[in-house]
Amino acid sequence: MVILEGRGVTRYFGGLAAVIDVDFLVEEGEVLGLIGPNGAGKTTLFNLISAALEPRSGSIKFRGKEITGLKPYQICRMGLARTFQTLKVFANMSAFDNVLLGASFGRRDSMAAAEAAKEAKALLEFVGLAEAATLPAKDLTFANQKKLEVARALSTQPELLLLDELMEGLNPTEVSRAMALVKRIQERGITVIMIEHVMRAIMNVCERIMVLHHGAKIAEGTPREISASKKVIEVYFGERADAGN
Amino acid sequence: MGFGRITSKNAFVAGLVLLILILLASAPLYASAYTVIVLTSVLMYVTIAVSWTLFSGPTGYISLASAAFFGAGIYTSAIIGRALPLPLVIVLGGLVSFCLALLVGALTLRLKGIYFVMFTFGLVELLLHFILWYEVNITGTTGRVVPSVANTTVFYILLMIFVILMVTVSFIRCSRYGLALQSIGENEEAASHSGVHVTALKIIIYAVSALFMGAAGSAMAARWTYIDPTIAFNPLISFMPVLMAIFGGIRPLYGPVIGAAIFTYLEQFLITRFPYYYMLIFGIIMVVAILYMPNGIIGLAQRIREKSLRKKYGDT
Repeated sequence: MVILEGRGVTRYFGGLAAVIDVDFLVEEGEVLGLIGPNGAGKTTLFNLISAALEPRSGSIKFRGKEITGLKPYQICRMGLARTFQTLKVFANMSAFDNVLLGASFGRRDSMAAAEAAKEAKALLEFVGLAEAATLPAKDLTFANQKKLEVARALSTQPELLLLDELMEGLNPTEVSRAMALVKRIQERGITVIMIEHVMRAIMNVCERIMVLHHGAKIAEGTPREISASKKVIEVYFGERADAGN
Repeated sequence: MGFGRITSKNAFVAGLVLLILILLASAPLYASAYTVIVLTSVLMYVTIAVSWTLFSGPTGYISLASAAFFGAGIYTSAIIGRALPLPLVIVLGGLVSFCLALLVGALTLRLKGIYFVMFTFGLVELLLHFILWYEVNITGTTGRVVPSVANTTVFYILLMIFVILMVTVSFIRCSRYGLALQSIGENEEAASHSGVHVTALKIIIYAVSALFMGAAGSAMAARWTYIDPTIAFNPLISFMPVLMAIFGGIRPLYGPVIGAAIFTYLEQFLITRFPYYYMLIFGIIMVVAILYMPNGIIGLAQRIREKSLRKKYGDT
Protein backbone atom coordinates (compact mmCIF):
# COMPACT_ATOMS: atom_id res chain seq x y z
CA MET A 1 0.00 0.00 0.00
CA VAL A 2 1.23 3.48 -0.81
CA ILE A 3 1.74 5.62 2.27
CA LEU A 4 3.21 8.74 0.65
CA GLU A 5 2.79 9.98 -2.87
CA GLY A 6 4.27 13.06 -4.52
CA ARG A 7 3.30 14.41 -7.93
CA GLY A 8 5.25 17.15 -9.68
CA VAL A 9 6.59 18.59 -6.44
CA THR A 10 8.40 21.84 -7.21
CA ARG A 11 10.02 24.54 -5.12
CA TYR A 12 12.18 27.51 -6.08
CA PHE A 13 14.45 29.67 -3.93
CA GLY A 14 14.46 32.94 -5.82
CA GLY A 15 15.42 31.92 -9.33
CA LEU A 16 17.07 28.70 -8.20
CA ALA A 17 15.07 25.52 -8.59
CA ALA A 18 15.67 23.52 -5.43
CA VAL A 19 13.25 20.73 -6.28
CA ILE A 20 11.75 20.43 -9.78
CA ASP A 21 8.86 18.26 -10.76
CA VAL A 22 9.71 15.33 -8.50
CA ASP A 23 7.35 12.34 -8.41
CA PHE A 24 7.70 9.70 -5.75
CA LEU A 25 5.85 6.78 -4.23
CA VAL A 26 6.64 5.32 -0.82
CA GLU A 27 5.32 1.90 0.08
CA GLU A 28 4.15 1.20 3.59
CA GLY A 29 6.78 -0.59 5.68
CA GLU A 30 9.78 0.05 3.44
CA VAL A 31 12.98 1.96 4.08
CA LEU A 32 13.60 4.37 1.21
CA GLY A 33 17.01 5.98 0.80
CA LEU A 34 17.28 9.48 -0.59
CA ILE A 35 20.71 10.30 -1.94
CA GLY A 36 22.36 12.87 -4.14
CA PRO A 37 25.32 15.27 -4.13
CA ASN A 38 25.30 18.30 -1.83
CA GLY A 39 22.69 20.84 -2.90
CA ALA A 40 20.64 18.22 -4.75
CA GLY A 41 17.47 19.24 -2.90
CA LYS A 42 17.17 16.32 -0.50
CA THR A 43 16.57 18.35 2.67
CA THR A 44 14.32 20.73 0.71
CA LEU A 45 12.19 17.75 -0.26
CA PHE A 46 11.99 16.74 3.42
CA ASN A 47 11.00 20.29 4.30
CA LEU A 48 8.26 20.18 1.68
CA ILE A 49 6.89 16.87 2.95
CA SER A 50 6.95 17.96 6.60
CA ALA A 51 5.48 21.39 5.72
CA ALA A 52 8.46 23.40 6.92
CA LEU A 53 8.21 24.81 3.37
CA GLU A 54 5.29 25.02 1.00
CA PRO A 55 5.73 23.68 -2.54
CA ARG A 56 5.23 26.14 -5.39
CA SER A 57 3.34 23.47 -7.28
CA GLY A 58 2.61 19.79 -7.12
CA SER A 59 0.81 17.63 -4.64
CA ILE A 60 1.87 15.46 -1.73
CA LYS A 61 -0.55 12.88 -0.42
CA PHE A 62 -0.15 11.03 2.87
CA ARG A 63 -2.36 7.95 3.04
CA GLY A 64 -4.30 9.33 0.11
CA LYS A 65 -4.95 12.68 1.77
CA GLU A 66 -3.56 15.90 0.37
CA ILE A 67 -1.17 17.42 2.93
CA THR A 68 0.21 20.44 1.10
CA GLY A 69 -0.95 23.62 2.77
CA LEU A 70 -1.15 22.03 6.22
CA LYS A 71 0.94 23.27 9.14
CA PRO A 72 3.86 21.25 10.56
CA TYR A 73 2.02 20.45 13.80
CA GLN A 74 -0.95 19.07 11.85
CA ILE A 75 1.28 16.87 9.73
CA CYS A 76 3.05 15.64 12.84
CA ARG A 77 -0.27 14.71 14.46
CA MET A 78 -1.31 12.84 11.30
CA GLY A 79 1.60 10.48 11.85
CA LEU A 80 4.45 11.96 9.84
CA ALA A 81 7.51 12.84 11.93
CA ARG A 82 11.02 13.99 11.09
CA THR A 83 14.49 14.63 12.46
CA PHE A 84 16.77 17.48 11.46
CA GLN A 85 20.13 17.45 9.71
CA THR A 86 21.34 20.29 11.91
CA LEU A 87 20.35 19.09 15.35
CA LYS A 88 17.38 20.86 16.86
CA VAL A 89 17.12 19.29 20.31
CA PHE A 90 15.72 21.44 23.13
CA ALA A 91 19.17 22.09 24.58
CA ASN A 92 18.27 23.22 28.09
CA MET A 93 15.50 20.70 28.62
CA SER A 94 16.21 17.22 29.95
CA ALA A 95 16.36 14.34 27.49
CA PHE A 96 13.19 13.03 29.10
CA ASP A 97 11.34 16.34 28.62
CA ASN A 98 12.46 16.47 24.99
CA VAL A 99 10.70 13.20 24.33
CA LEU A 100 7.78 13.93 26.68
CA LEU A 101 6.92 16.99 24.59
CA GLY A 102 6.40 14.90 21.47
CA ALA A 103 4.39 12.32 23.38
CA SER A 104 2.19 15.05 24.90
CA PHE A 105 1.50 17.04 21.73
CA GLY A 106 2.43 15.11 18.62
CA ARG A 107 -0.04 12.24 18.71
CA ARG A 108 -3.32 11.93 16.91
CA ASP A 109 -5.12 11.14 20.16
CA SER A 110 -3.72 12.89 23.19
CA MET A 111 -3.05 10.72 26.18
CA ALA A 112 -2.95 11.23 29.93
CA ALA A 113 0.18 12.78 31.43
CA ALA A 114 1.21 9.58 33.22
CA GLU A 115 0.87 7.58 30.03
CA ALA A 116 2.91 10.11 28.05
CA ALA A 117 5.67 9.93 30.68
CA LYS A 118 5.69 6.13 30.46
CA GLU A 119 5.93 6.31 26.69
CA ALA A 120 8.79 8.83 26.84
CA LYS A 121 10.73 6.57 29.21
CA ALA A 122 10.17 3.54 27.01
CA LEU A 123 11.39 5.40 23.93
CA LEU A 124 14.54 6.66 25.65
CA GLU A 125 15.24 3.04 26.46
CA PHE A 126 14.50 2.02 22.85
CA VAL A 127 17.16 4.35 21.45
CA GLY A 128 19.57 3.55 24.32
CA LEU A 129 19.39 6.75 26.33
CA ALA A 130 17.69 5.47 29.48
CA GLU A 131 20.63 6.50 31.67
CA ALA A 132 20.74 10.02 30.25
CA ALA A 133 17.06 10.79 30.87
CA THR A 134 17.64 13.55 33.44
CA LEU A 135 20.58 15.22 31.69
CA PRO A 136 19.99 18.44 29.75
CA ALA A 137 20.07 17.63 26.04
CA LYS A 138 23.06 19.93 25.50
CA ASP A 139 25.20 17.73 27.77
CA LEU A 140 24.69 14.65 25.59
CA THR A 141 27.32 13.61 23.06
CA PHE A 142 26.67 14.40 19.41
CA ALA A 143 25.71 10.79 18.67
CA ASN A 144 23.34 10.72 21.62
CA GLN A 145 21.70 14.00 20.61
CA LYS A 146 20.97 12.35 17.27
CA LYS A 147 19.39 9.42 19.08
CA LEU A 148 17.40 11.86 21.17
CA GLU A 149 15.99 13.46 18.02
CA VAL A 150 14.93 10.04 16.83
CA ALA A 151 13.26 9.30 20.17
CA ARG A 152 11.44 12.63 20.08
CA ALA A 153 10.20 11.94 16.56
CA LEU A 154 9.09 8.43 17.54
CA SER A 155 7.23 9.77 20.56
CA THR A 156 4.67 11.33 18.23
CA GLN A 157 3.76 7.81 17.12
CA PRO A 158 4.58 8.26 13.45
CA GLU A 159 3.62 5.91 10.64
CA LEU A 160 6.22 7.55 8.44
CA LEU A 161 9.54 8.83 9.74
CA LEU A 162 11.90 11.14 7.83
CA LEU A 163 15.53 10.78 8.96
CA ASP A 164 17.80 13.56 7.73
CA GLU A 165 21.42 12.36 7.74
CA LEU A 166 21.22 10.31 10.90
CA MET A 167 24.72 8.86 10.37
CA GLU A 168 26.51 12.09 9.43
CA GLY A 169 29.48 12.73 11.70
CA LEU A 170 29.27 9.37 13.47
CA ASN A 171 32.21 6.99 13.82
CA PRO A 172 32.01 3.48 12.27
CA THR A 173 30.81 1.84 15.51
CA GLU A 174 28.12 4.46 15.95
CA VAL A 175 27.08 4.07 12.31
CA SER A 176 26.58 0.35 12.87
CA ARG A 177 24.42 1.08 15.90
CA ALA A 178 22.41 3.67 13.99
CA MET A 179 21.86 1.16 11.18
CA ALA A 180 20.55 -1.35 13.70
CA LEU A 181 18.31 1.36 15.14
CA VAL A 182 16.77 2.06 11.71
CA LYS A 183 16.08 -1.66 11.28
CA ARG A 184 14.42 -1.81 14.69
CA ILE A 185 12.30 1.22 13.80
CA GLN A 186 11.22 -0.58 10.64
CA GLU A 187 10.35 -3.65 12.73
CA ARG A 188 7.93 -1.49 14.70
CA GLY A 189 5.98 -1.11 11.47
CA ILE A 190 7.18 2.41 10.74
CA THR A 191 7.96 3.41 7.18
CA VAL A 192 11.26 5.31 6.88
CA ILE A 193 12.69 7.72 4.33
CA MET A 194 16.33 8.49 5.05
CA ILE A 195 18.69 11.02 3.55
CA GLU A 196 22.17 9.63 3.85
CA HIS A 197 25.69 10.01 2.54
CA VAL A 198 27.13 6.97 4.29
CA MET A 199 26.93 4.44 1.46
CA ARG A 200 27.48 1.43 3.70
CA ALA A 201 24.30 2.34 5.57
CA ILE A 202 22.29 3.12 2.45
CA MET A 203 23.24 -0.11 0.73
CA ASN A 204 22.52 -2.25 3.76
CA VAL A 205 19.41 -0.70 5.23
CA CYS A 206 17.39 0.60 2.29
CA GLU A 207 15.19 -1.52 0.10
CA ARG A 208 14.88 1.19 -2.48
CA ILE A 209 16.89 4.29 -3.29
CA MET A 210 15.92 7.51 -4.99
CA VAL A 211 18.61 9.80 -6.40
CA LEU A 212 18.22 13.55 -6.70
CA HIS A 213 20.53 15.81 -8.70
CA HIS A 214 20.06 19.57 -9.16
CA GLY A 215 16.56 19.20 -7.75
CA ALA A 216 15.40 16.55 -10.20
CA LYS A 217 14.97 12.84 -9.73
CA ILE A 218 17.52 11.07 -11.92
CA ALA A 219 17.24 7.47 -10.78
CA GLU A 220 15.28 5.15 -8.60
CA GLY A 221 15.70 1.46 -7.81
CA THR A 222 17.19 -1.19 -5.58
CA PRO A 223 20.65 -0.58 -4.11
CA ARG A 224 22.09 -2.99 -6.65
CA GLU A 225 20.50 -1.14 -9.57
CA ILE A 226 21.57 2.23 -8.25
CA SER A 227 25.18 1.23 -7.69
CA ALA A 228 25.31 -0.06 -11.26
CA SER A 229 23.56 2.95 -12.79
CA LYS A 230 25.80 4.84 -15.18
CA LYS A 231 23.88 8.06 -14.63
CA VAL A 232 24.34 7.95 -10.86
CA ILE A 233 28.05 7.20 -11.15
CA GLU A 234 28.45 10.14 -13.52
CA VAL A 235 26.73 12.46 -11.07
CA TYR A 236 28.89 11.37 -8.18
CA PHE A 237 32.25 10.91 -9.88
CA GLY A 238 31.99 12.90 -13.06
CA GLU A 239 32.45 11.49 -16.58
CA ARG A 240 35.27 9.13 -17.29
CA ALA A 241 36.99 11.71 -19.49
CA ASP A 242 37.05 14.24 -16.62
CA ALA A 243 38.31 11.69 -14.15
CA GLY A 244 41.24 10.93 -16.43
CA ASN A 245 42.46 14.52 -16.55
CA MET B 1 -1.84 17.12 33.69
CA GLY B 2 1.47 16.29 35.32
CA PHE B 3 0.27 17.69 38.60
CA GLY B 4 1.57 15.86 41.60
CA ARG B 5 4.86 14.82 43.15
CA ILE B 6 3.75 15.68 46.65
CA THR B 7 6.72 15.50 48.94
CA SER B 8 7.59 16.82 52.38
CA LYS B 9 9.42 19.70 50.70
CA ASN B 10 6.26 20.60 48.84
CA ALA B 11 4.27 20.45 52.06
CA PHE B 12 6.77 22.87 53.64
CA VAL B 13 6.49 25.25 50.69
CA ALA B 14 2.69 25.07 50.80
CA GLY B 15 2.74 25.89 54.52
CA LEU B 16 5.09 28.82 53.96
CA VAL B 17 2.93 30.19 51.15
CA LEU B 18 -0.17 29.91 53.32
CA LEU B 19 1.58 31.72 56.18
CA ILE B 20 2.67 34.56 53.90
CA LEU B 21 -0.85 34.84 52.50
CA ILE B 22 -2.39 35.01 55.99
CA LEU B 23 0.16 37.64 57.05
CA LEU B 24 -0.60 39.66 53.90
CA ALA B 25 -4.35 39.32 54.16
CA SER B 26 -4.36 40.52 57.76
CA ALA B 27 -1.87 43.34 57.11
CA PRO B 28 -4.51 46.12 57.20
CA LEU B 29 -5.39 44.99 60.75
CA TYR B 30 -1.97 45.49 62.29
CA ALA B 31 0.11 47.55 59.85
CA SER B 32 0.08 51.30 59.29
CA ALA B 33 -1.87 52.85 56.44
CA TYR B 34 1.45 53.71 54.77
CA THR B 35 2.58 50.07 54.90
CA VAL B 36 -0.64 48.98 53.23
CA ILE B 37 -0.04 51.48 50.43
CA VAL B 38 3.52 50.22 49.95
CA LEU B 39 2.27 46.64 49.98
CA THR B 40 -0.30 47.57 47.33
CA SER B 41 2.51 48.88 45.10
CA VAL B 42 4.51 45.74 45.78
CA LEU B 43 1.55 43.56 44.77
CA MET B 44 1.00 45.63 41.64
CA TYR B 45 4.59 45.22 40.48
CA VAL B 46 4.71 41.57 41.51
CA THR B 47 1.58 40.90 39.46
CA ILE B 48 2.99 42.61 36.38
CA ALA B 49 6.41 40.95 36.77
CA VAL B 50 4.95 37.47 37.22
CA SER B 51 2.53 37.94 34.28
CA TRP B 52 5.41 39.15 32.14
CA THR B 53 7.52 36.14 33.10
CA LEU B 54 4.67 33.73 32.37
CA PHE B 55 5.05 34.45 28.66
CA SER B 56 8.46 36.04 28.13
CA GLY B 57 10.36 33.83 30.60
CA PRO B 58 10.13 30.47 28.87
CA THR B 59 9.60 31.65 25.27
CA GLY B 60 12.34 34.29 25.22
CA TYR B 61 10.03 36.75 23.43
CA ILE B 62 10.85 39.94 25.32
CA SER B 63 7.62 41.95 25.40
CA LEU B 64 7.75 45.63 26.31
CA ALA B 65 4.00 46.05 25.99
CA SER B 66 3.26 45.64 29.71
CA ALA B 67 2.51 49.36 30.01
CA ALA B 68 0.02 49.11 27.14
CA PHE B 69 -1.93 46.29 28.79
CA PHE B 70 -1.69 47.91 32.22
CA GLY B 71 -2.81 51.25 30.75
CA ALA B 72 -5.71 49.65 28.87
CA GLY B 73 -6.93 48.39 32.25
CA ILE B 74 -6.57 51.84 33.76
CA TYR B 75 -8.57 53.45 30.96
CA THR B 76 -11.28 50.82 31.19
CA SER B 77 -11.64 51.79 34.82
CA ALA B 78 -11.67 55.48 33.99
CA ILE B 79 -14.32 55.15 31.29
CA ILE B 80 -16.78 52.71 32.87
CA GLY B 81 -15.78 52.97 36.54
CA ARG B 82 -18.74 55.17 37.40
CA ALA B 83 -21.34 53.05 35.64
CA LEU B 84 -20.53 49.57 36.89
CA PRO B 85 -19.70 47.86 40.21
CA LEU B 86 -16.00 47.58 41.01
CA PRO B 87 -15.49 43.79 40.61
CA LEU B 88 -17.06 43.92 37.16
CA VAL B 89 -14.83 46.87 36.20
CA ILE B 90 -11.74 44.87 37.21
CA VAL B 91 -12.84 41.85 35.18
CA LEU B 92 -13.62 44.03 32.17
CA GLY B 93 -10.26 45.79 32.50
CA GLY B 94 -8.61 42.38 32.30
CA LEU B 95 -10.73 41.33 29.33
CA VAL B 96 -9.98 44.50 27.37
CA SER B 97 -6.26 43.83 27.77
CA PHE B 98 -6.80 40.16 26.94
CA CYS B 99 -8.47 41.06 23.64
CA LEU B 100 -5.86 43.71 22.88
CA ALA B 101 -3.12 41.12 23.42
CA LEU B 102 -4.92 38.58 21.21
CA LEU B 103 -4.98 41.15 18.43
CA VAL B 104 -1.42 42.34 18.95
CA GLY B 105 -0.18 38.77 19.39
CA ALA B 106 -1.80 37.60 16.17
CA LEU B 107 -0.15 40.49 14.33
CA THR B 108 3.31 40.45 15.88
CA LEU B 109 4.18 37.08 17.34
CA ARG B 110 5.62 36.06 13.99
CA LEU B 111 8.29 38.72 14.54
CA LYS B 112 11.37 37.52 16.30
CA GLY B 113 14.09 39.01 18.45
CA ILE B 114 14.58 42.74 18.43
CA TYR B 115 11.69 43.38 15.99
CA PHE B 116 9.20 41.95 18.45
CA VAL B 117 10.72 43.97 21.30
CA MET B 118 10.50 47.19 19.27
CA PHE B 119 6.97 46.60 18.09
CA THR B 120 5.67 45.85 21.57
CA PHE B 121 7.27 49.00 22.89
CA GLY B 122 5.83 50.94 19.97
CA LEU B 123 2.41 49.75 21.01
CA VAL B 124 2.70 51.62 24.31
CA GLU B 125 3.49 54.88 22.50
CA LEU B 126 0.81 54.23 19.91
CA LEU B 127 -1.92 53.78 22.52
CA LEU B 128 -0.66 56.76 24.53
CA HIS B 129 -0.79 59.09 21.57
CA PHE B 130 -4.00 57.69 20.19
CA ILE B 131 -5.82 58.25 23.48
CA LEU B 132 -4.20 61.65 23.89
CA TRP B 133 -5.39 62.62 20.41
CA TYR B 134 -8.86 61.26 21.15
CA GLU B 135 -9.15 63.11 24.45
CA VAL B 136 -7.91 66.42 23.05
CA ASN B 137 -9.96 66.31 19.85
CA ILE B 138 -13.11 64.46 20.84
CA THR B 139 -13.71 64.80 24.58
CA GLY B 140 -11.83 68.08 24.95
CA THR B 141 -10.03 67.20 28.19
CA THR B 142 -6.82 65.23 28.61
CA GLY B 143 -7.38 63.80 32.07
CA ARG B 144 -10.11 61.78 33.69
CA VAL B 145 -11.26 61.38 37.26
CA VAL B 146 -11.64 57.83 38.48
CA PRO B 147 -14.12 57.19 41.28
CA SER B 148 -11.89 56.66 44.28
CA VAL B 149 -11.95 53.56 46.41
CA ALA B 150 -10.58 52.95 49.91
CA ASN B 151 -6.88 51.97 50.01
CA THR B 152 -7.59 48.70 51.80
CA THR B 153 -10.15 47.70 49.15
CA VAL B 154 -7.59 48.24 46.39
CA PHE B 155 -5.10 46.26 48.46
CA TYR B 156 -7.48 43.30 48.81
CA ILE B 157 -8.40 43.35 45.12
CA LEU B 158 -4.72 43.25 44.14
CA LEU B 159 -4.09 40.48 46.64
CA MET B 160 -6.89 38.49 45.06
CA ILE B 161 -5.57 39.12 41.53
CA PHE B 162 -2.12 38.06 42.73
CA VAL B 163 -3.41 34.80 44.24
CA ILE B 164 -5.43 33.90 41.14
CA LEU B 165 -2.39 34.74 39.00
CA MET B 166 -0.06 32.51 41.04
CA VAL B 167 -2.51 29.60 40.87
CA THR B 168 -2.95 30.07 37.11
CA VAL B 169 0.78 30.33 36.48
CA SER B 170 1.67 27.28 38.55
CA PHE B 171 -1.06 25.33 36.82
CA ILE B 172 0.24 26.29 33.37
CA ARG B 173 3.84 25.56 34.35
CA CYS B 174 3.01 22.10 35.68
CA SER B 175 0.86 21.21 32.69
CA ARG B 176 2.11 20.05 29.31
CA TYR B 177 1.68 23.63 28.11
CA GLY B 178 4.50 24.73 30.40
CA LEU B 179 6.74 22.23 28.64
CA ALA B 180 5.54 23.47 25.26
CA LEU B 181 6.29 27.12 26.12
CA GLN B 182 9.81 26.12 27.10
CA SER B 183 10.27 24.18 23.88
CA ILE B 184 9.20 27.26 21.90
CA GLY B 185 11.97 29.22 23.64
CA GLU B 186 14.48 26.46 22.89
CA ASN B 187 13.62 25.81 19.25
CA GLU B 188 10.37 26.93 17.75
CA GLU B 189 10.72 24.94 14.55
CA ALA B 190 11.38 21.66 16.34
CA ALA B 191 8.45 22.38 18.66
CA SER B 192 6.04 22.77 15.78
CA HIS B 193 7.37 19.60 14.13
CA SER B 194 6.74 17.79 17.43
CA GLY B 195 3.05 18.65 17.31
CA VAL B 196 2.89 21.94 19.21
CA HIS B 197 0.51 24.50 17.70
CA VAL B 198 3.12 27.17 18.30
CA THR B 199 1.22 30.23 17.06
CA ALA B 200 -1.98 29.52 18.98
CA LEU B 201 -0.14 28.72 22.20
CA LYS B 202 1.99 31.87 22.02
CA ILE B 203 -0.99 34.12 21.37
CA ILE B 204 -3.16 32.62 24.11
CA ILE B 205 -0.48 32.69 26.79
CA TYR B 206 0.45 36.24 25.78
CA ALA B 207 -3.20 37.22 26.18
CA VAL B 208 -3.48 35.47 29.56
CA SER B 209 -0.46 37.39 30.79
CA ALA B 210 -2.06 40.63 29.53
CA LEU B 211 -5.32 39.76 31.28
CA PHE B 212 -3.67 40.00 34.69
CA MET B 213 -1.81 43.20 33.81
CA GLY B 214 -5.08 44.78 32.70
CA ALA B 215 -6.88 43.69 35.86
CA ALA B 216 -4.07 45.14 37.99
CA GLY B 217 -4.30 48.37 35.98
CA SER B 218 -8.00 48.83 36.50
CA ALA B 219 -7.58 48.14 40.22
CA MET B 220 -4.76 50.68 40.56
CA ALA B 221 -6.73 53.33 38.65
CA ALA B 222 -9.17 53.43 41.55
CA ARG B 223 -6.33 54.40 43.86
CA TRP B 224 -4.86 57.15 41.71
CA THR B 225 -8.23 58.94 41.32
CA TYR B 226 -6.87 61.20 38.53
CA ILE B 227 -5.31 59.76 35.39
CA ASP B 228 -4.23 61.00 31.99
CA PRO B 229 -2.56 59.18 29.07
CA THR B 230 0.99 59.90 30.26
CA ILE B 231 0.24 58.47 33.70
CA ALA B 232 -1.64 55.44 32.36
CA PHE B 233 0.88 54.54 29.68
CA ASN B 234 4.07 55.13 31.62
CA PRO B 235 6.93 53.37 29.77
CA LEU B 236 8.54 52.54 33.14
CA ILE B 237 5.74 50.00 33.63
CA SER B 238 7.13 48.20 30.57
CA PHE B 239 10.74 48.22 31.71
CA MET B 240 10.43 47.66 35.45
CA PRO B 241 8.88 44.19 35.31
CA VAL B 242 11.64 43.01 32.97
CA LEU B 243 14.32 44.35 35.33
CA MET B 244 12.51 42.95 38.35
CA ALA B 245 12.17 39.51 36.83
CA ILE B 246 15.85 39.47 35.82
CA PHE B 247 16.81 40.83 39.24
CA GLY B 248 14.89 38.08 41.01
CA GLY B 249 15.60 35.28 38.58
CA ILE B 250 13.39 34.25 35.66
CA ARG B 251 13.46 30.47 35.98
CA PRO B 252 11.73 29.73 39.30
CA LEU B 253 8.16 30.87 39.84
CA TYR B 254 9.06 32.87 42.94
CA GLY B 255 12.02 34.64 41.23
CA PRO B 256 10.02 37.57 39.82
CA VAL B 257 7.96 37.72 43.02
CA ILE B 258 11.06 38.25 45.13
CA GLY B 259 12.66 40.55 42.55
CA ALA B 260 9.58 42.78 42.31
CA ALA B 261 9.09 42.88 46.09
CA ILE B 262 12.69 43.92 46.79
CA PHE B 263 12.69 46.40 43.90
CA THR B 264 9.50 48.14 44.95
CA TYR B 265 10.60 48.35 48.54
CA LEU B 266 14.00 49.66 47.46
CA GLU B 267 12.34 52.26 45.26
CA GLN B 268 10.13 53.49 48.12
CA PHE B 269 13.08 53.52 50.49
CA LEU B 270 15.33 55.46 48.11
CA ILE B 271 12.63 57.96 47.13
CA THR B 272 11.97 58.87 50.76
CA ARG B 273 15.63 58.96 51.87
CA PHE B 274 17.39 60.28 48.77
CA PRO B 275 14.79 62.11 46.72
CA TYR B 276 17.44 63.66 44.46
CA TYR B 277 19.80 60.77 43.95
CA TYR B 278 17.32 57.93 43.97
CA MET B 279 17.38 57.25 40.24
CA LEU B 280 21.18 57.35 40.23
CA ILE B 281 21.50 54.87 43.09
CA PHE B 282 18.83 52.72 41.53
CA GLY B 283 20.71 52.63 38.24
CA ILE B 284 23.97 51.65 39.91
CA ILE B 285 22.24 48.81 41.78
CA MET B 286 20.75 47.60 38.51
CA VAL B 287 24.07 47.62 36.67
CA VAL B 288 25.77 45.74 39.50
CA ALA B 289 22.92 43.25 39.65
CA ILE B 290 23.11 42.45 35.94
CA LEU B 291 26.91 42.25 35.95
CA TYR B 292 27.28 40.03 39.00
CA MET B 293 23.99 38.16 39.24
CA PRO B 294 23.15 36.98 35.73
CA ASN B 295 20.65 34.51 37.16
CA GLY B 296 19.18 36.96 39.63
CA ILE B 297 18.98 36.79 43.39
CA ILE B 298 17.74 33.22 43.25
CA GLY B 299 20.71 32.22 41.12
CA LEU B 300 23.06 33.99 43.55
CA ALA B 301 21.50 32.20 46.53
CA GLN B 302 21.89 28.86 44.78
CA ARG B 303 25.52 29.60 43.98
CA ILE B 304 26.30 30.48 47.58
CA ARG B 305 24.54 27.36 48.80
CA GLU B 306 26.44 25.15 46.37
CA LYS B 307 29.72 26.73 47.47
CA SER B 308 29.05 26.11 51.14
CA LEU B 309 27.96 22.54 50.43
CA ARG B 310 31.14 21.96 48.49
CA LYS B 311 33.21 23.27 51.39
CA LYS B 312 31.33 21.03 53.79
CA TYR B 313 31.89 17.87 51.80
CA GLY B 314 35.36 18.79 50.59
CA ASP B 315 34.41 18.38 46.95
CA THR B 316 36.67 20.14 44.51
